[in-house]
Amino acid sequence: MRNPRALALAVAGALVLSLATACTDGGDDKALTVYSGRSEKLVKPILEQFTKSTGIKLNVRYGDTAQMAAQLLEEGDKSPASVFLAQDAGALGAVSKKGLFTELPDTVLNKVSAQYRANNKQWVGLTGRARVLTFNPTRAPYQKLPKSVFELTGPLWKNKVAIAPTNASFQSFVTAMRLQHGDDRTRKFLTDLKANGVQIRPNNDAIVNDVHDQKVAAGLVNHYYLFEKSKEVGVAVHLQPARMHFFAPGDVGSLVNVSGIGVLKTSTGEDAVKLVDYLLGADAQTYFANNTYEYPMAPGIPLAEGMPALDTLKGPAIDLNNLDDLAGTVAMLKEVGLA
Amino acid sequence: MAPRPALLLASTAAVAVGVLPLLYLAVRAHDAGWERILDEIATARTLTLSLRSVALAGVVTAASVVAGLTAAYLVTRTDLPGRRAFGVLAALPLAVPTYVAAFAWTSTIDGFAGFWAAALVLTLACYPYVYLPVAAALAGADPAAEEVARSLGRGPWQVFVGVTLRLARPALAAGALLVALYVFSDFGAVSLLRVDTFTRAIFTAFSLGFDSTGALVLSTVLVALTALLVGGELATRARGARYARLAGSARPQTRIRLGRWRWSALAASAALAALALGVPAFSLLRWSVAGVSRPGTIAEIGQAAGASLAVAAAGAGLTVLLALPVGLLSARAPGVVATVLDRITYLAHALPGLVIGLSLVYFGINVAYPLYQTVWLLALAYATLFLPLAVGSIASAAGQSPPRLEEVARSLGRGPWAVLRTVTLPLTLPGVGAAAALVFLAGMKELPATLLLRPTGMDTLATQLWTQTAVSAYAAAAPYAALLVALSAIPTWVLAARTGVLERGAA
Repeated sequence: MRNPRALALAVAGALVLSLATACTDGGDDKALTVYSGRSEKLVKPILEQFTKSTGIKLNVRYGDTAQMAAQLLEEGDKSPASVFLAQDAGALGAVSKKGLFTELPDTVLNKVSAQYRANNKQWVGLTGRARVLTFNPTRAPYQKLPKSVFELTGPLWKNKVAIAPTNASFQSFVTAMRLQHGDDRTRKFLTDLKANGVQIRPNNDAIVNDVHDQKVAAGLVNHYYLFEKSKEVGVAVHLQPARMHFFAPGDVGSLVNVSGIGVLKTSTGEDAVKLVDYLLGADAQTYFANNTYEYPMAPGIPLAEGMPALDTLKGPAIDLNNLDDLAGTVAMLKEVGLA
Repeated sequence: MAPRPALLLASTAAVAVGVLPLLYLAVRAHDAGWERILDEIATARTLTLSLRSVALAGVVTAASVVAGLTAAYLVTRTDLPGRRAFGVLAALPLAVPTYVAAFAWTSTIDGFAGFWAAALVLTLACYPYVYLPVAAALAGADPAAEEVARSLGRGPWQVFVGVTLRLARPALAAGALLVALYVFSDFGAVSLLRVDTFTRAIFTAFSLGFDSTGALVLSTVLVALTALLVGGELATRARGARYARLAGSARPQTRIRLGRWRWSALAASAALAALALGVPAFSLLRWSVAGVSRPGTIAEIGQAAGASLAVAAAGAGLTVLLALPVGLLSARAPGVVATVLDRITYLAHALPGLVIGLSLVYFGINVAYPLYQTVWLLALAYATLFLPLAVGSIASAAGQSPPRLEEVARSLGRGPWAVLRTVTLPLTLPGVGAAAALVFLAGMKELPATLLLRPTGMDTLATQLWTQTAVSAYAAAAPYAALLVALSAIPTWVLAARTGVLERGAA
C-alpha cells in the first residue's frame, strides 16, 4: 500500500462500523429461544405464524442438528435455549440421555401415536420422513424395482446404488435393520452392498442430484429430498428424472423416522409447551405436509400429492426410541468399511 | 524501543487466547480418561487418517509452492504481458471459500472426487498463501544481489536458484506452513470431494452417535501433527537469515526477458486464473440460471453482507491487537521466548472450526457468560483461529524496519510509549494492514465456528449460503456466494497491492 495512513484510517473506520453494528445486536430478552436443527428455509414461516397467532416472540438459532446437540450438551444447565427442534430422533435421544429435557404434558404427547414419541415423555415427533429408493429410469432397471431393500445386493443393481453412510438418516435405517433382522444379517447386507459396488455420497442431497443428472442410477434417501429437487428444477415429482419408489409395506427399507421437538429444563413458563402444542396443531401440521412434504404426525391431515398414506406404508416393526443408540451401527459401518 | 516486560506480558496474554482450545481439549481428554483416549487413538484408522491428511497436506503444499513461486517470479522479475493484472488475479482465489470451489468443480465435472481432486481444489485455493509473501519479498528485495550475480556471468536460472530463491526462502517457508495447516483444518473441500482426512473424521464423529468426546480426543492427534509440522518448519530456517529492505535501496527490479517463453508463461498464468477463478464463476452463473429458487429480499442479502463485514472486521481488529505484541516481540527481541510464544499461536490453527467453536462455547458458558452468543465471543474465536496469519505479517513488517530508528528516538528522550506510537507502529503499519486484510478474509469465509457462536438470529453471507444449499436451493444460494467472493476480493486486492506488484517499474 502506498499510503499507510489511508489504510490505517480505513481499518479504523471498519472497526468503528463493526462496533456500532455489534452493539445494536442482541435478541429480545422476553422471547423464547429456539435451537433449530431444521433448516431456516423449512421452518421459519411456520414459526413466524406461531408468533402471529399467539403473540409469543421467538429467538431462533439455526444450525446443524448434530452440532447443535453437541452445543446443547456443552451448555448444559446454562443453555440460553428453551426448545430444541431436531432433524432426527437420535439427536433428541442424545440430549434426553444427558437429562437436559423436561417431561411434556400428556395432552401434548397424546396427539401423536406412541410409535413416534419418546417413552420417557421427553420429546415428541412432529413430522415423519420415509426412506425411499430414488432411481433414474434411463439408467435403472425400472421395470424390476425392488420390493425389499435386500434386493439391492443382487446383480441387477451392481454399481447402480448410492448411499450416504455418514448421514444420520442412513444410520437410523441401519439401526432399524439391526433391530428387525439382527446384527449378522445386517452386517451381511452391508458387506454385500459394498461388494456390489455401492457408491458413497456425503448426503441425501448429493445422491438426488447425481440420480437426477444420471451420474448414478439409484440411491437410498429420505422421500422429501425428491420433492425439494422437484421444486428446484420446476418439474413435478413423478415426472422429474429422479423418481421415487417405496419398498413394500413392512420392509425395513421403508422405515419412517421422525423430526421432533423437546423442551429444555432451562425453559421457564408455559410458552415452550405452547410452541410444541402449536406445531402439532392442524395449521402447522398442514404446513409441514404441503411445504416440507413430510408425513404429519397429527391424524386427519391431507398429505402432499403422490404420497402413500402413512399407515399403508407400515414401516418395520421396531421401536423408534431405540434408534438413539447409534454406537453399534457406527462400529459396524466402520468394520465393513463404509464409514 | 517499547518496554520489554510490557511487550512480553501482552504477548503472553495474546498467546493465551490462542491456547484456549488446547485447554478445552485437555479438559475433555481428562474427562474421557486414558482408557477411552487409547481406545480412540490407538487404532489403525487413526494411522490411516493421519497418513492421508499428511499426504494431502504434502501434495497441496508442494504444488502451492510451485504455483505460488512461479506466479510471484513471473510478475516481479519478468516481462510477462499483463503482469500487473496477473499480480492481482493470482491473489484473488483467496476470496473463494473452498466449499464453494469444491462444489463448483463437482457440479461441473462428472465424478470429480477423491484425493487428487481435493489436492487440485485445495492447491488452487491455497497457493496465494505462498504467492503473496513471496511476491512481497521479491518485489521488495534489494536488486543489488541479483545484479551482482548477473554481472559475474551467472545465467538467469543460476541467479534464480542461487540468489532469488534464497531471498524468498523465509517467505516461502512461512507461506508453505500456512498452506499445510490450512489443509489439515479444511472440511469444506474434503467433505464434498469425499476424502477421508482427519478433520472429516472429526466432523463425522460428532454426528456418528452424537459422540463429542470421541471427536475431541481425535482432535488432540491433529494438534500433535501440527506441533511436528511447526517444529519442522522452524528447523528449516537458516540461522539469522534476515534480508532487510533498507531505506533508500528501493529501486525497480531488473526484469528478465522471457523471449520465446513469453507466450507459454502467459498461457500458464491465464490457465491458473481460469482454473482457480473461472470454474467457480462459471458454476455460480449456472446455479443462478438453472434453478427456480429465489434468494431473500435485497434487504436480507444486505443484512447478511453487513453482518459478515461486521464480524469479520471485529475479528480482524481483535486479532491484530493481539498479534501486534507477539509480532513486535519476535522482530525486536528474537530469542527462545519469542520463538516459543510465536509457535504456540500456530498449534490451534489446524484445528477444525467446529472444535474451536465448541471450545469457545465452553469458555463462554463457564468463564465469560456475558459474552456468550455475542459478536465479541465470535471475534475471539476468529482471533484464536487466525492469530498466526496476523503474527506472521506483523513480524515480517517489523523485522524489515531498522531497530536503529527506535534506538535513536529513545536516545533523543522519547518515552517507550511515545516511541511505540510515533516510530514503531507507523513503520509496522503496512504489516498491520496486511494482517487485518488476511484475517478479515478468513473470517468472511469461516463457517463452522460462526454457526456455533454467532448471536442468535444473526445471519452472515456464509451462514446464508449454508442455509440455502442445505435445502438444495442453489439458485437462491448463488447471490450470497457471489457477494461473499466479491466483498472478499477487496481485502485481497489490498493484499496484492501491498506486495508492490502493482508499482510501475522499468522493464
